[in-house]
Amino acid sequence: MDSIKITDLTYRYPTADEDVLRHVSLSVEKGQLCAVVGANGSGKTTLCNAIRGFVPKFYKGEISGEVLVNGKDVQREEIGITALEVGFVFQNPFTQISGITDTVYEELAYGLENMGVEPAEIERRVEEIMGLTKIEAFRDRDPYQLSGGQQQRVALAAVLVMNQDVFVIDEPTSQLDPQSTDDVFEIIRLMKNMGKTIVLVEHKMEQIAEYADKVVVMDQGQIVLEGTPEEVFSDPRCEEYHIRLPQCTRIALELKKEGIGFEKLPVTVRETVETIQAITGAGKDGQERKG
Amino acid sequence: MALVEVKNLSFCYPNGYQAVDDVSFTIEAGENIAIVGQNGAGKTTTVKMLNGLTKPGSGDVLINGESTKNYTTAQMARRVGYVFQNPDDQIFNATVYKEIEYGLKKMKVDMGECERRIKDAAELTGMTKYLETNPYDLPLSMRKFVTIASVIASNCDVMIFDEPTAGQDLDGLKILSDLNRVLTARGKAIVTITHDMEFVADNYDRVIVMCQKKIIADGRTKDVFFQKDIMEKAMLKQPALVRIATGIGMQENTLDVKMAAAYIRQNLR
Repeated sequence: MDSIKITDLTYRYPTADEDVLRHVSLSVEKGQLCAVVGANGSGKTTLCNAIRGFVPKFYKGEISGEVLVNGKDVQREEIGITALEVGFVFQNPFTQISGITDTVYEELAYGLENMGVEPAEIERRVEEIMGLTKIEAFRDRDPYQLSGGQQQRVALAAVLVMNQDVFVIDEPTSQLDPQSTDDVFEIIRLMKNMGKTIVLVEHKMEQIAEYADKVVVMDQGQIVLEGTPEEVFSDPRCEEYHIRLPQCTRIALELKKEGIGFEKLPVTVRETVETIQAITGAGKDGQERKG
Repeated sequence: MALVEVKNLSFCYPNGYQAVDDVSFTIEAGENIAIVGQNGAGKTTTVKMLNGLTKPGSGDVLINGESTKNYTTAQMARRVGYVFQNPDDQIFNATVYKEIEYGLKKMKVDMGECERRIKDAAELTGMTKYLETNPYDLPLSMRKFVTIASVIASNCDVMIFDEPTAGQDLDGLKILSDLNRVLTARGKAIVTITHDMEFVADNYDRVIVMCQKKIIADGRTKDVFFQKDIMEKAMLKQPALVRIATGIGMQENTLDVKMAAAYIRQNLR
């Protein structure tokens, strides 16, 4: 069954003159990582808010079409009930962090306390998630005193700990250095291995190429391209939709222009190296870097 | 004589945390420099000492050969403009126009000049059609350009952008790349802190790598990015192109996708 099924969704914010989502239909299977890409203002964050029911429940406005999460219509469900099924990580950790806890540890426990989880269970889950997300070192720090990158990891951990089936994650690495970005993607991979369904808004195409099962391109409120990373990134329309292609793909496309064809467009570093080696016989003994 | 000479700067926060340890470099007029390094490496503290937001613990910043030890923060800010990492630390006016105008008024720039500079800064940052908009009605990625416009309008010799690439889409990166080129052509020095190594590879001739409060490399971007040991020490990722070039044993260091493709074609079996 599809974890998320959106059918012909059209939406307009209360004071807006035009629709911000236009006839959006999207299915995400259980356990899939679906990356949503597109220019700023194309409707990515609004789509995220529709999946967790905040559009239209919190933002109001005019809506038509349907959003099903685990078969349930989120527009009919209470926001509080949907929140038990959809974990949402905010774009700006500052907006998400509660501001009423003194330590990272308490911040992670906060949501579970509200759900009335047993104290021993809270402790177990908070410890486990702090370990997975590598934030133990600042467990006793005030969340607001952390750097932007550290806050982003805490924000992700605070949602992960709730252990929903579906996660919507809006630009989780925008403030992060390359190492922390990889750390976050490793957490996301871990979540995927746990069978979680993930919708991820992200501008970093190299990571999308490596981790996503499916890529959806949005433009002016519509889904304009959809497929595997390879299918989407090899589509020439990416340029028209202002998608920044992964460097690997850019090299491969340049090679194509030079008359060197591939059966399959490489989208990761490893695939690109292997593809080039296969054509040129270059660097067979070279030390290839993982990635 | 260098436009800015940073000499043995160190800084320790009052709680005893050493953020920057003996950092030296120079900035020439018209240079376009990227500073890269992990979160917490000391990048932001270093650049804040260049415009007086943070007073150096020890060391000195020379501007045109003159020590700034006795400069006030206001005097420093006229020479070196700083764009905050978080635009919301900086924005407080009701319209984009007023936000850009604010600093100019403080500097008592006359009306005509004021208007001219605001128009120019807005054009460079893609803000022209948003001048009457409230900055908080714009998304974060665009609020960043409001703050960049304010610093461009102030017409400082050195402009420091702290993580302007965060959350930018392709159009935003293009605006950034273009305004860097225009400003450096005007003789401004641009210093940019960023985590986006591909953007650095495409746009900056010179890169400074910081690691654990110190500078561990300062040189031509293509020389630095091909040094795997330096990049690994700084916990940075080489751009995909560099990893591919290494993987296939390319004999030439290039950060240009077209040049790499041409090289590969020439070396076909």
